[in-house]
Amino acid sequence: MSHSDPHAGHGAEPQHETPPEPGKSLTDRLYLVEIARGLGKTLNHFKDTILGGEATVQFPEKNIYQKDEAERAIGHPNPRLRGEHILVKDEQGREKCVACLLCMSACPALCIYIEPEPAPPEWKDRERHPRVFELDMLRCIYCGYCEEACPCDAIRLTPKLYTPTTSRAERVYDKQRLLDNNPEWQRPQRPKK
Amino acid sequence: MLAYGLWDLGGSALKSLLVILGILNTVPILIWLERKICAFIQGRVGPNRVGPFGLLQPLADAIKLAFKEEIIPADADRVLYLLAPFLAFLPSAAAFAFVPFGPEVKSASGELVADLRVAPGSGAGLLLLLATTTLAVYGVAFGGWASNSKYPLMGAVRATAQMISYEIAMGLALVAVIASTGSIDLQQFVADQARPLLGAEFAPPLRWIPNWHVFHQPVAFVLFLIAMFAENNRLPFDLAEAEPELGAGYHTEYTGLKFAMFFMGEYVAMIMMSGLCVTLFLGGWHVPGMPLLEGARGALEPAVSSGAVAAIGVLVFVTKVMLVLCFYMWVRWTLPRFRYDQLMRLGWKMLIPVGLANLFITGVMLVL
Repeated sequence: MSHSDPHAGHGAEPQHETPPEPGKSLTDRLYLVEIARGLGKTLNHFKDTILGGEATVQFPEKNIYQKDEAERAIGHPNPRLRGEHILVKDEQGREKCVACLLCMSACPALCIYIEPEPAPPEWKDRERHPRVFELDMLRCIYCGYCEEACPCDAIRLTPKLYTPTTSRAERVYDKQRLLDNNPEWQRPQRPKK
Repeated sequence: MLAYGLWDLGGSALKSLLVILGILNTVPILIWLERKICAFIQGRVGPNRVGPFGLLQPLADAIKLAFKEEIIPADADRVLYLLAPFLAFLPSAAAFAFVPFGPEVKSASGELVADLRVAPGSGAGLLLLLATTTLAVYGVAFGGWASNSKYPLMGAVRATAQMISYEIAMGLALVAVIASTGSIDLQQFVADQARPLLGAEFAPPLRWIPNWHVFHQPVAFVLFLIAMFAENNRLPFDLAEAEPELGAGYHTEYTGLKFAMFFMGEYVAMIMMSGLCVTLFLGGWHVPGMPLLEGARGALEPAVSSGAVAAIGVLVFVTKVMLVLCFYMWVRWTLPRFRYDQLMRLGWKMLIPVGLANLFITGVMLVL
């Protein structure tokens, strides 16, 4: 609270009349004026909502990832939100992952499980790739360390928030599911060198 | 009006049936309206799943309440406990008997055909009405007392103290209006407000402004408005059910339909107060331009045209009441709740002195 003392200034400065503290001025103490202003404020909110300014997303029918007729996002998911992961594909549709296990070691929640195997001989750019890549979404704390640890930009966190499932087993995403998850975020995130 | 025959009795019964049906059907609409207005003010959309625009939501709520378990606390005073919801509901509903919904229907010879009040010719309507509405506090008090539980009791005590305090302010506001009207007959009140504004003869351009009491007794109107909110335990004065302090207040221990009864009683009391406010200050069934209609009477059979005017009067009245009810909700979602000492200070130290001063000035003006 920066409440300046009215007498602290130099004598040469013009003396301004300090506004009374909140709640002490005559209009505040009469209540009615301020109540009328408050009513005006809520009326404005009312008007704005009636004219289509409501923040509600009609959930089961629509969700925040959809766009309305004017191609505006219905909700406002932050593009930097850390939600569900994807495994990034390269130009040939293969996973970028080289099974270096850095994400697995970086993960504080121990939710990533990788079984490496030698890459097929025709894959000239890498020696290993994951045979099994499992990510336990129930354990994950969405910290994003895996994304930071990855040297190949092979795993990303995307703003996708929810995927309802009916069993715990379904919350463990395998490699294929991670590759297919939220395909919009497969686009290049970093400029190529 | 001593000749109160069987015919009048039948008419009253019919009218009261109509009025009660009207009120009971307004309550769900009000609940829906309240939730919608609340939602829009808060940037939400409100109930929209049950029926078109969520209109059937109150019905769904009522069905839900009907299937709730009825619980009576073990140490409750059973008689009072069961009586309280009805006491909260009935007086407000009964008070509608004295409200003039529309102008009197007269035949060509000026003979009274129909009085649009349930209790025809109730000359002391205002007093009876105030006396009846005041009884509603017994429902709240009994409900809180009979539950034998601490929070309801606190709520009931608060509600009682608050209602008594604000009734004085309301009474003072009304006395000023009564003094300037010179009558306590509600029909007379409206007739008085249908005239051009008092003193407008000196300023002809203002003659179209009706003599609604809100224009010539604005202080009394503001006092009445504030007291109205306090009487109905509505925000910013809903101390009787201040959730953070008292749970649900005086009806904490009530479930199911008994709770619904309290809830409904609250809304009926709101309609009642709005009706009173409209009748006393906002011109009742009168609307500027009504004399034009009266002028058109010559074209029709007098009784028919008189009936038509009465019908329009009822519509105008209902519209005005709905607007006042919307104002109730608008205020509710604008203002925070008063603290209890603030409430009492406002009532006793501000409203009552202002009411007395207003009454004094009115008296001086009348004598002059």
